Amino acid sequence: MNRLAQLFNNKKDKNILSIYFTAGYPHLNNTLDIAEGLEKAGADFLEIGFPYSDPLADGPVIQHSSQVALQNGMTLEVLFEQLKELRKRVSIPVYLMGYFNTVYQYGVERFCKSCAEVGVDGAIIPDLPMYEYEELYEDIFKSNGISNVFLVSPQTTDDRVRKIDSLSTDFIYLLSSSATTGKDLKVSDERLSYFQRIKALNLNNRIVIGFGISNHDNFKQAAGAADAAIIGSAFVRQLESDDYLQRIPEFIRSIKEG
Amino acid sequence: MSKYQVNEKGYYGKFGGAYIPEMLYPNVEELRQEYLKIMNDPDFQAEFDQLMRDYVGRPSPLYLAERLSERYGANVYLKREDLNHTGAHKINNTIGQILLAQRLGKKRIIAETGAGQHGVATATVCALKGLECVVYMGAIDIKRQAPNVARMKMMGATVVAAESGSKTLKDATNEALRDWINNPVDTHYIIGSVVGPHPYPDMVARFQSIISSEAKQQLLDKKGKLPDYVMACVGGGSNAIGMFYHFLEDESVQLIAAEAAGKGIRSGHSAATSVLGKEGVLHGSRTILMQTPDGQVIEPYSISAGLDYPGIGPQHAFLHENKRVKYVSITDDEAMQAGLLLTRLEGIIPAIESAHALAQLEKMKFEKDDDIILCLSGRGDKDLDNYMNYFSF
Repeated sequence: MNRLAQLFNNKKDKNILSIYFTAGYPHLNNTLDIAEGLEKAGADFLEIGFPYSDPLADGPVIQHSSQVALQNGMTLEVLFEQLKELRKRVSIPVYLMGYFNTVYQYGVERFCKSCAEVGVDGAIIPDLPMYEYEELYEDIFKSNGISNVFLVSPQTTDDRVRKIDSLSTDFIYLLSSSATTGKDLKVSDERLSYFQRIKALNLNNRIVIGFGISNHDNFKQAAGAADAAIIGSAFVRQLESDDYLQRIPEFIRSIKEG
Repeated sequence: MSKYQVNEKGYYGKFGGAYIPEMLYPNVEELRQEYLKIMNDPDFQAEFDQLMRDYVGRPSPLYLAERLSERYGANVYLKREDLNHTGAHKINNTIGQILLAQRLGKKRIIAETGAGQHGVATATVCALKGLECVVYMGAIDIKRQAPNVARMKMMGATVVAAESGSKTLKDATNEALRDWINNPVDTHYIIGSVVGPHPYPDMVARFQSIISSEAKQQLLDKKGKLPDYVMACVGGGSNAIGMFYHFLEDESVQLIAAEAAGKGIRSGHSAATSVLGKEGVLHGSRTILMQTPDGQVIEPYSISAGLDYPGIGPQHAFLHENKRVKYVSITDDEAMQAGLLLTRLEGIIPAIESAHALAQLEKMKFEKDDDIILCLSGRGDKDLDNYMNYFSF
């Protein structure tokens, strides 16, 4: 059983929190310190972003963190080198998130092998479309045991959601709205009916809601409407202060407990 | 189906496709399903043709530049896109896309712009059709291109500064794509070149192909033959695709595309993508782009803001790979001299973009009877400051 399935089997409450942060931000070599800090503070699983110069699905906070990370010298080569120690320090599921061109230059097969070697569970590549994945890369991901996580937006049709479900293995990343990252989520009737529409499809994969979740209230609503919720920009903003490692426990507590 | 055109999956060989986040999929898919249907509709074609004739001023002349011809010992014909309304070929595409957006029921138009020519062409058609218009432009370009910013504002467009990344064209494109992600239902994105996810490269190419359909007929009328050479400049590549489109199957016609080498290909200040670029994904399509070994996009440089783009359209990547088009590099200095030369020999001030194509004439050897068609993609009024500074007039 993979790490994510284990997590959902062991945890019965509706309080599962995933945290995104950009590797190499604010400093090049703190990737594992932040990951370890997050696990200790109670985060349930992680997305570690690898930076790209042109992150078109991201808002200003993650754009900024990506730019700084690149200036600091973060690349996939550097990241995988850092992650060699991952499974000595972190036991929760870890997914890498970033844009396709960086993966393509690193080599898709090599990327999957590197993920498998260091104990990364899967990848989220927002601009790798379903058609390409299925035609060219699905076999490579599968043979290396790496999950590819797809995004679903409010405009994604039921048929397409089902198709995405059939290609997914761990979870589906449900976008809270059609928006770039870091916008403030306001839960509305329209949004709840969208969450319910997706739930009613009885998908095989877990549904995790992300984009626009920044506080206890919208975390509870999102995690309650799905299997878990992801916080990105709101956490990355915490990393701007000098004592960011010390701030992690309080941040996680404030999200989970209010 | 032509071997040089897009296939039903949205690819030119291995180039093209639609590498977009799921949030953009419905928009792009709607466009993919509708664009050919709409473009083939007789009502659409009638309106497009009428606007091209009465508003843009088409057909644009094919002008035999006699003194230039004398210099090069061959017949140099200029396809005068500089005489179009708004001063460049960009209007061919924005007219087409605004009519398409209306038929898709869109209420709001967004666009990216570098030098501002595409922004102006978009603001123009939005004023013409009474649609809301938001143009994204790099913060640095806004400072460099004040007259075009003023033109856009006068026509009622909102110009938004792209403050991300390097604050130039590629970042304006990112911001426009982000706007589209955030406004998925009522907004149409008018991309200005043959770049972006399928169907944009094909759609823009079809709108721009009017350049070569006219030019081919015009030369047939004058000379009763095909040209020997067809030449154009390439940034993203829309005027070049438009100029080459109806000659691609005529294998006897040599097609030449001039890229911006900036201060020299190896200077670190260049936009010569076909030489410096590698395969990858940029702005939603697989193409050739300038990038670091780990896949970060490199900021290009050219004295010409319209050629200052780190990639080329996927069809160009394909035409480069299969060698149907020869891609050459022209430095800033060569382009500026060629711009001045045309001005002094013919009384035509070309856009610095178009001057890159003109500069290639200097490097070629022609036979006396050779017929050359060169796309004069835009006029140089917008570049006067640049020319004045360069030549210290």
